Amino acid sequence: MPTQNMLGREIHVDDEGFLTEPDEWDEALGAELAKQIDIEMTDRHWEVVRFLRADFSERGETATTRRVDSVGGFSVKEQFALFPKKPAKKMAYVAGLPKPHGCV
Amino acid sequence: MKRLVILGAGTAGTIAANKMRRKLKKDEWDITIVEQAPLHDYQPGYLFMAFGRQRIRQIRRPVPRLLPRGVTLISGSVESLNRDEKTVVLADQTVVPYDYLVIATGVSPRPDQTPGMGGGQWGKSIHSFYTFDDALALKEKLATWEGGRLVMHVTEMPIKCPVAPLEFSLLADSFFRRRGMRDKVSITFVTPLPGAFTRPIAAATLGDLLGSRDIAVEPDFMIERIDEDTHALVSYDEREVPFDLLVTVPVNMGADFVGLSGLGDDLNLVEVDKGTMLSTKDDSIFALGDATNIPTSKAGAVAHFQMDLFVDIFLRHLAGKEAEEEYDGHAICFVESGGGKGLLLDFNYETEPLPGSFPFPLIGPLRLLKESRINHWSKLAFRYVYWMLLLPGRYIPMSAHLSLWGKKRPKTA
Repeated sequence: MPTQNMLGREIHVDDEGFLTEPDEWDEALGAELAKQIDIEMTDRHWEVVRFLRADFSERGETATTRRVDSVGGFSVKEQFALFPKKPAKKMAYVAGLPKPHGCV
Repeated sequence: MKRLVILGAGTAGTIAANKMRRKLKKDEWDITIVEQAPLHDYQPGYLFMAFGRQRIRQIRRPVPRLLPRGVTLISGSVESLNRDEKTVVLADQTVVPYDYLVIATGVSPRPDQTPGMGGGQWGKSIHSFYTFDDALALKEKLATWEGGRLVMHVTEMPIKCPVAPLEFSLLADSFFRRRGMRDKVSITFVTPLPGAFTRPIAAATLGDLLGSRDIAVEPDFMIERIDEDTHALVSYDEREVPFDLLVTVPVNMGADFVGLSGLGDDLNLVEVDKGTMLSTKDDSIFALGDATNIPTSKAGAVAHFQMDLFVDIFLRHLAGKEAEEEYDGHAICFVESGGGKGLLLDFNYETEPLPGSFPFPLIGPLRLLKESRINHWSKLAFRYVYWMLLLPGRYIPMSAHLSLWGKKRPKTA
């Protein structure tokens, strides 16, 4: 498994740069990951990311766009506004979680 | 007497009824199955039906004829579960008590979930082929359609038989060529996925196939609504795809009672352990086939492979023992590619579809992830296997687990 040095730490990532060890994440790292995909984090971005982290620690899998809407209360439209083009991937990336698997 | 209740007599429920009746002693276990439909459809037939290539009597059989003696069939639809009292309540308020419950109510297309989809254009410029009636309506439409922009669209994953939309696009290409009107039809494949299929190597192969047939792909398309005035799909990132004829796969959702019971996720799919199919919330409830949230394809083959292991898993669970062999997500799909050819995919939770041979490594006779005539004929023949062997739960020489032997991973994927 590849690692990447970020903020002076060795971080485990997959081929696409998604964290494979969600426990290696903290908000400082989240901010750094956001910078890499050109996302400027606002309070609202952090609310989404905190929802994803909390939901993941409860259920052991990354929330889908649908769940971030229905359970988290962030409409899909807003998710696209905050994390343009590919919100599901980008939200998971910044939150240090595996890609959601709606896709089989 | 102990009571096993199976909800749904589709592929998974019917195999379960047949296999469980053989294994559970008749003087110890009552088995009841609840189903609302009078007829059981061979669902892969819908796709061929849309192109006028499947006779109706080949794909429909009365539900009771597919069930073994010693299983009680109750006709009705499930309204709710009462997990504290261990009862199922039907729409006519019949109460069915259980000791163990198997949920096999599958998923259904829900055009009402997308604004503009299920309204006045449904059955006119907007069609689908995931129910018998929809396939029939599409057949009539295609028979007289004069051409224009044909769009094959997938709303949201997961869907039943994720390769069917690809097959539809490829068969449409053949269909219009045969009619000498391919030049009057443009075909666009619109998907929420980044490519033609869910896993990379197959996505590349299938993507090439679409390209070679002059089928355009619009990837990463998350639909917000259908504009009924301009006849266009509109995505959340404000892309528009106009159509003259839309063939869509609406959001697939599990039964409403699953959502109400607290056993489901936000698509009403039963949350289960992916190796044992036991509910994560209730240890007297299992779910099989499309009704679950396990991360593999929603397909009859999955129900079949699960059922090869399930009887044993169930009996060990009763005895308070861990499962000996767990389900690995194994699925196979035939992909009809038009012109009398087809491909075959073989995969599981961990391993994506790879080139190789099936069902016998190195021997075949079927080739994986490659177009051939024998794959096409096997797909047609599978209808007989389904009625004669698969539903009755008889032996079929395919392993429940994926074999990696003889499979080759391309160097550059």
